[in-house]
Amino acid sequence: MSLIIDIDKCTGCEECLSSCPFDAIVIKEGKAFINEYCQFCMACLSVCPEGAIKEIADEKPERVKVRGYKGVWIFAEQRNGKLASVAYELLGIGRKLADDLNTELSSVLFGAAESEAQELIKWGADKVYVSKDRILEKFNDEPYSQLLTTLINEHRPEIVLAGATPIGRSFIPRVAAGLRTGLTADCTSLAIDKETGNLLQIRPAFGGNIMATILCPDTRPQMATVRPRVMKRGQYDEGKKGEIINIKADGLTSRTKVLDTVKEVSDTAINLQDADIIVSGGRGLGDPEGFRLIEEMAEILGAAIGASRAVVDSGWIPYRHQVGQTGKTVCAKIYIACGISGAVQHLVGMQSSDIIIAINKNPEAPIFNVATYGIVGDLYEVVPLLIKKIKESRGL
Amino acid sequence: MKIIVCIKQVPDTAEVKINPETGTLIREGVPSIINPFDMHAIEAGLHIKERAGGKVTVISMGPPQAETALRDAISMGADDAVLLSDRDFAGSDTWATSYTLSKAIEKIGADIIICGKQAIDGDTAQVGPETAEFLNIPHISYVKKIEDISENSIRVQRMMDEGYDVVESSLPVLLTVVKELNEPRLPSLRGKMVAKKAEIKRWGQKDIMADENNIGLKGSPTQVKNIFTPEVRSGRKMFEGTPEEQVEALIQELRVLKCL
Repeated sequence: MSLIIDIDKCTGCEECLSSCPFDAIVIKEGKAFINEYCQFCMACLSVCPEGAIKEIADEKPERVKVRGYKGVWIFAEQRNGKLASVAYELLGIGRKLADDLNTELSSVLFGAAESEAQELIKWGADKVYVSKDRILEKFNDEPYSQLLTTLINEHRPEIVLAGATPIGRSFIPRVAAGLRTGLTADCTSLAIDKETGNLLQIRPAFGGNIMATILCPDTRPQMATVRPRVMKRGQYDEGKKGEIINIKADGLTSRTKVLDTVKEVSDTAINLQDADIIVSGGRGLGDPEGFRLIEEMAEILGAAIGASRAVVDSGWIPYRHQVGQTGKTVCAKIYIACGISGAVQHLVGMQSSDIIIAINKNPEAPIFNVATYGIVGDLYEVVPLLIKKIKESRGL
Repeated sequence: MKIIVCIKQVPDTAEVKINPETGTLIREGVPSIINPFDMHAIEAGLHIKERAGGKVTVISMGPPQAETALRDAISMGADDAVLLSDRDFAGSDTWATSYTLSKAIEKIGADIIICGKQAIDGDTAQVGPETAEFLNIPHISYVKKIEDISENSIRVQRMMDEGYDVVESSLPVLLTVVKELNEPRLPSLRGKMVAKKAEIKRWGQKDIMADENNIGLKGSPTQVKNIFTPEVRSGRKMFEGTPEEQVEALIQELRVLKCL
């Protein structure tokens, strides 16, 4: 499909300009013109009062036959021989997609022992392709992408998922580029379109201000990286049986060499992602001093401290506290948002928390859309009261 | 040393607001900027040139107005700039974008290609590694420090979840860089003068000999099906009354859930 503007009908009224989320419509010589930024989201189609914007279907060259691809695959990454937590989350969503498609769930594991492959089966995989080759112990882009590409070409899965981690986001694009297929980054939700069987890949777009559903309709496999800590883990079944297939890793080459691995752990960052309770502050605090109040509440709750991008950008609190699209994704039992309006880029980083308590002056603030409990009011009134009540209930 | 820096002009997404009534983006008055991560890529390119000698060429794919971003890069000290602009590039996803960039890079020739780790409008971080695959060269993502560079190899620190890796690569190589790498310089007065007069080359599909089946919407395996704002969480409870009453109601709820 493509979008065209009927020059004869266009009056240059500029009505369409603001409808475009990508700034892809410009006025040239008194007429609207769609430029290279167009993502074909079709948002402008209905806004033209003259009906000058039209959609034209055109034929795509046939690339790879969509047929003949079967099964859902997840890439299970390991660090120091242990499965990364995102692997369990991928099994959770992968199992669901495989069941919806009535197909098998397979997992690919590089550089780890068979005991880890057994784990993958108990957590939902039907098959595990595992290679213990030493060249795969440490993450290295070229051998990882070469071997995964070979496996995909051989077994032709219809869906391949990996974690949107530094590892997945680095080498999976090479695999997709080489296979000439689409890859959607950092998905926060995945589902099967019941009519077409296509994978609906949902991700934050535009700096996390909106969500987009992405399709890869004409090529296979459909590939996506999945944001860690968003998907729920699958069911653990001690007795589950599956097949472990040892694969050869012959002929892998690399022009890059990992010389050393240095651990550098920031306590706060770990605290934030592992915390059961998080108290977060945003611009509603008014000034950096406002974080004193956040700290006080965090202390009595034994909570970690989070922050919105706005206050981090303003220098009120260090970046390691930032929750959201460009910060940390958290999945707390209780997330308390104080004075955070709730831009989508913040919401995508915290909305999978179990209980979300939002405190904001503005009843229209989007944070209330994801809240379990909402309190409309001045946080400088509400939070001290809340601290007092919590202390009381604990007999402090 | 031939250095190419890939940059993207993006709307300053931090300035974008949502219209609460329509759920659409308010784009008015949102400035266009060089993608912040690409500023670090430009700085890295200039720094390597100062150390090892050579030439820095900045390339960008985008509409004609992206020329501004290239001029800004020249004002910082880049030697040359190429704008990849063609009606047929429209609608490119990361696959088609990377293909297009790789064709331009092949034409120019490079020992080191540097990209920002991701663009703040799309946040995919895919174009760097995909471009390296098309060029059949190695890449290193999330570079936070360049430790050493010689005529035919480079050693860098690559950021990982729990620290960093020290990685060595032969040249040519493609790097994607993070903010921790450096502090981008400000344009000099002389740089601004040069940028004003600089000739920005403009290349289309034919100039880079790109296969028309691999570019733009036609060459893009992925499609945007729709865009939307997130839904309201089901079972949400908005408390009412004075702050005391609301807080009390919340405490009651949390007690029932045994959260206190």
